[in-house]
Amino acid sequence: MSETDVAVHGHGALMEESPYAIPSRKLTMWLFIISDAVTFGAFLFAYGYIRVSAASWERPFESSSVINVIIMTVVLITSSLTMLGAVDASKVGDKAKAMRFLYSTAALGALFAALHLREWFELFGRNITLSSGLFGQTFFTITGLHLLHVISGVIAILVVGSKYSSGSLTPGHVESTGLYWHFVDLVWMFVVPLVYLTNIVH
Amino acid sequence: MSAASSSGNVIKKYLPVYFVLLAIFFVEVFLSFQHFATGSLVIILLLLAVCSATLGLLYFMHLAEERRNLLLTLIPVTIFVLLMMNMFWSDSVRLLHMRPGAQ
Repeated sequence: MSETDVAVHGHGALMEESPYAIPSRKLTMWLFIISDAVTFGAFLFAYGYIRVSAASWERPFESSSVINVIIMTVVLITSSLTMLGAVDASKVGDKAKAMRFLYSTAALGALFAALHLREWFELFGRNITLSSGLFGQTFFTITGLHLLHVISGVIAILVVGSKYSSGSLTPGHVESTGLYWHFVDLVWMFVVPLVYLTNIVH
Repeated sequence: MSAASSSGNVIKKYLPVYFVLLAIFFVEVFLSFQHFATGSLVIILLLLAVCSATLGLLYFMHLAEERRNLLLTLIPVTIFVLLMMNMFWSDSVRLLHMRPGAQ
């Protein structure tokens, strides 16, 4: 087909079926997630090498911190479950239920952030900060990046939820937000064992 | 199927995955209190984290239900990039200890 034909008839005849059979918005979110996964991967690999090769390493987490991180993890995994409910309810057009699930997810995300900050302030009280050594530098960098993602996710859920509720966004937007939220949960599954569980006081 | 029953079903459908993720996490917590060497503990915990992430990707992010092309495009490339990072991270550790490349 010549360029003239394309100009006259449009691209329709030339377009093949999408190899992924998903909307472009969802594919874009997947590509963002992959690039973000590589970013976190770089931080976690760097941490892993430093952690294993360092001659001495601070182990600041006592049982109270472990209990805190257990609650944080349960909260975050539960928020993924409520997000699944929100995406499903929005797909079948049950706006009220989707909003309930979205607000539950945002509340759980906010609770996670609050618990995370409590952990941080507890460490600050023991003079463990971003500038106090290798542990502080790596811990606050990695958990700070993750916390930034959680806070961004909570804001995104509230914004998308309110716009979906008013009818200006579609269930597809809720689904893309859900993908992002599950990714935040997934990253935490690597952060906890590497950054918290290898640094427990024995 | 009504709208209300559908969103209830999806929670029930993924509840086993949720409990498996929690179980893997509690195994990780248990192992972290055992006296493993740091390197061994990191590897064991990483393997368990990969299991959790795989479950999250396949079921929570629905990659198992998408066309196989999507999985084959995204995941092998990501794993390849992450593995290639090890080339220069390991070199950075060598530089840290000021060891010549030949050793």
